[in-house]
Amino acid sequence: MGALAEGISVTTTQAGAGPWRLIPAAAAAAATLWFAGFVGPVSHGEIPEYVLPWVPMLGIDFAFRLDGLSLAFALLICGIGALVFLYAATYFRSDRRLGSLLLTLIAFAISMLGLTVADDAVTLFVFWEGTTVTSWLLVGFDHEREKSRAAALQALLVTGMGGLALLAGLLIMGGMAGTYRLSEMNAMGEMFRASGLYPLIFVLVMLGCFTKSAQWPFQFWLPGAMAAPTPVSAYLHSATMVKAGVYLMARLTPALGGTDLWIWTLVPVGAFTMILASVWAMRQTDLKLMLAFTTIMGLSVITMLLGVSTPEAAVAAMTFLLVHAFYKAGLFLSVGMIEKGAGSRQYPEVAGLAAAMPLTTTVIALAALSMAGAPPFFGFIGKEVIYEAAGHAPVLPLFVAGTALVANALMIGCAGMVAIRPFFFRPRRSPRDMPADPGWGLWLGPAILAALGLFCGLFPGTVDHALVAPMVHAVTGAESPAHLALWHGIGAPLILSLVTFALGGCLYLLLDPIRDRLAAAEPSLPRTEAWYDAALVGVAAIAGALTGALQNGRMTSYLRWTFLTLGALIWLALFVGHGTWPAFTLSREIMDWAIFVIIVVSIVMVLRTHSRLTAITALGGVGSGIAIIFVLYGAIDVAMTQLFVEILVVIFLAIAMVRLPPTGAMPFKVGNALVAAVLGLGVFVVQLSVLGTDLDLFMTVFFEQSSVPSALGHNIVNVILVDFRGFDTMGEISVVVIAGVASIAALRAGRRTLR
Amino acid sequence: MELLLAILAGSLVAAGSYLMMSGKTLPYLFGLTMISNAANLIIFASGRLTFGKPPLVPEHDKTIADVSNALPQALILTAIVIGFGLLVFALTLSYRSYYVLKTIEMDDMREAEPIAEGNS
Repeated sequence: MGALAEGISVTTTQAGAGPWRLIPAAAAAAATLWFAGFVGPVSHGEIPEYVLPWVPMLGIDFAFRLDGLSLAFALLICGIGALVFLYAATYFRSDRRLGSLLLTLIAFAISMLGLTVADDAVTLFVFWEGTTVTSWLLVGFDHEREKSRAAALQALLVTGMGGLALLAGLLIMGGMAGTYRLSEMNAMGEMFRASGLYPLIFVLVMLGCFTKSAQWPFQFWLPGAMAAPTPVSAYLHSATMVKAGVYLMARLTPALGGTDLWIWTLVPVGAFTMILASVWAMRQTDLKLMLAFTTIMGLSVITMLLGVSTPEAAVAAMTFLLVHAFYKAGLFLSVGMIEKGAGSRQYPEVAGLAAAMPLTTTVIALAALSMAGAPPFFGFIGKEVIYEAAGHAPVLPLFVAGTALVANALMIGCAGMVAIRPFFFRPRRSPRDMPADPGWGLWLGPAILAALGLFCGLFPGTVDHALVAPMVHAVTGAESPAHLALWHGIGAPLILSLVTFALGGCLYLLLDPIRDRLAAAEPSLPRTEAWYDAALVGVAAIAGALTGALQNGRMTSYLRWTFLTLGALIWLALFVGHGTWPAFTLSREIMDWAIFVIIVVSIVMVLRTHSRLTAITALGGVGSGIAIIFVLYGAIDVAMTQLFVEILVVIFLAIAMVRLPPTGAMPFKVGNALVAAVLGLGVFVVQLSVLGTDLDLFMTVFFEQSSVPSALGHNIVNVILVDFRGFDTMGEISVVVIAGVASIAALRAGRRTLR
Repeated sequence: MELLLAILAGSLVAAGSYLMMSGKTLPYLFGLTMISNAANLIIFASGRLTFGKPPLVPEHDKTIADVSNALPQALILTAIVIGFGLLVFALTLSYRSYYVLKTIEMDDMREAEPIAEGNS
């Protein structure tokens, strides 16, 4: 994983893309402004809705609803989208694939936007899958590289499986609630939580959320997805897509949250993933990979806080969500700047860049200070409210606070790694001879994001009123209990912050030994990715074994499976259906018995005889016996046809017999006999139960009454064939003609090869 | 008679499918013929049996009732002819396959799905 190379490949053009490349960024900026217009009304409690009927019979609509949570996400998606689109347009300016990259990014942004503003569970799922598919395309953007394809497939499979589970969960919820509107489901929380199906719903929905938001044991796909180009990682894997999982947890908190199952799943999983991810972030030398691990950490912080299920925790979760979106997207983009400017993003390879790249240094420093939680940055407030919420957690407050403290200290180490190591205290070193700041298209986005981190820290009241409080209201259904402020006074959170800084500083200083220890221990540690690999191998092995067993190239095997399936289906129909057993008395007519005996004896003869001539003759006996049945029971035309055809069949089979070699011995095969017996018995029983049902004679009566008046024919069967069902008969004739022509062709061709 | 016909249909299907699974071309054709016959019998019996009253409208009448069910008969007529076409085509195919592949064992006809390496 260490050597995830960069997306720039040989497909560059000389000229670079024209001004059209800025259109997506401009459109996203316009969308941001449009959504910003809703901030005022939404913060005053208005919730705009828009409903477009889709499948009214099933109660499924394209329903959209813009409450505080949705609005905040919409602003993040469009706002960060605008910056990332601008960045990508510069980053890939001379790459021929810029157009397809921007298009896919836009498709992704629309899916993500739809996901977050959808109020209909099915609509949400459709957009959810839209993000899965577009992220597959984006991660595999460098599709010439095997590694990219593997990473893209892994992300697709993991999140796709989770998506299927989520769909099942949402459908169960919809079925229980009688509506697919999330806002209405959220009003029925008591009903869901009391239901016996609650554990099932919870597990299914959480499978979707955990896979999407890379929570243990599904966290492994996110570092792999760093095979994506830098702008893609900044957008999908920090600010938007991976937040879809935590978004859905937050969205469904009123419906599903607050139970013991919820708390005791989200808090431990979040805490464990948090520690795991921040430890492994310390191990990386690739700055982008390091950021990927800290992203997992950020998502698990939100997961854990949502699990804590107090209003204070909701405030902390929503605040941290914004904090993380600002600094993480900014840092991802900045790492791209280091790479463009200095030629590498491996921190052992770059050092002392501060003088050569002052702008990059400043931007990264701002973002990293927010990440480290230094005052007066937004990250500081985020950390304070987390400690505040942890202290008031109803379960394990010490555990929650302790894990948060350790993870935050590790974050500080990582922040130092990305902001200090490449820039300060060491002689300049970089793969590129003259490192320099990249152009405005690259630095503008990260600079704005880093500045936002500072701005929100300086004016927490504004952010609280405009975004955080409405978000918290959407999650908890109540007014936000706490107000963000830079200075909370001296209390436990402040003390914890100081401890965090001290611990983080130590971790930064010990970075190299820690990293080497982790690298040495890495091969011997268990990895959940191995489960994924084993599952893939297992599925392939099962598919291979099944294919080998079913499609083995042997005709007899195909026939056995076909007849076995047919027999199984017939018996299934008998057990599932409700046929009645008719009361039949055995026939007393001597004729019936005579024919029956003739046919049965003929069948036995065909099966038993070693002489092919005898077999063909007996086969003629079967056909003729059936013809006599037709005569007796009033089907004269059928009987005549049957007799003629039977004669022809015997003749043709006799000709074939003369041309083909003797069949040889036919040993009795028990397996085949069993399959045949199951099928034959099934047909017998089904036939009886069919006779036990009522027969609707509507068509027969129609023909009996219309043959003469409408078609002037007295033989009803003939009239049906040539008149009422004339087209059918024409089709039949065509089939026979085609069969005849094909047979002649086969025979002729055979003669030619003989010569 | 319905019971006897059901037994006949079941026996024909059982015997026919057994012969088709034998893996030799000529018995396969026998089996195909039997299953065609069984299908016709099933359709016929499902339309209910009426003894000795063909569905013919007398010369000077307009309608008729209480005769054999005409609809299944029409369906069977089509089925018999199509079954015959199928049989003839299968017959020429088996004849031709013998001359090209020199075998009547259907399992040895592996032109479309050749035996993979290391796989019997």
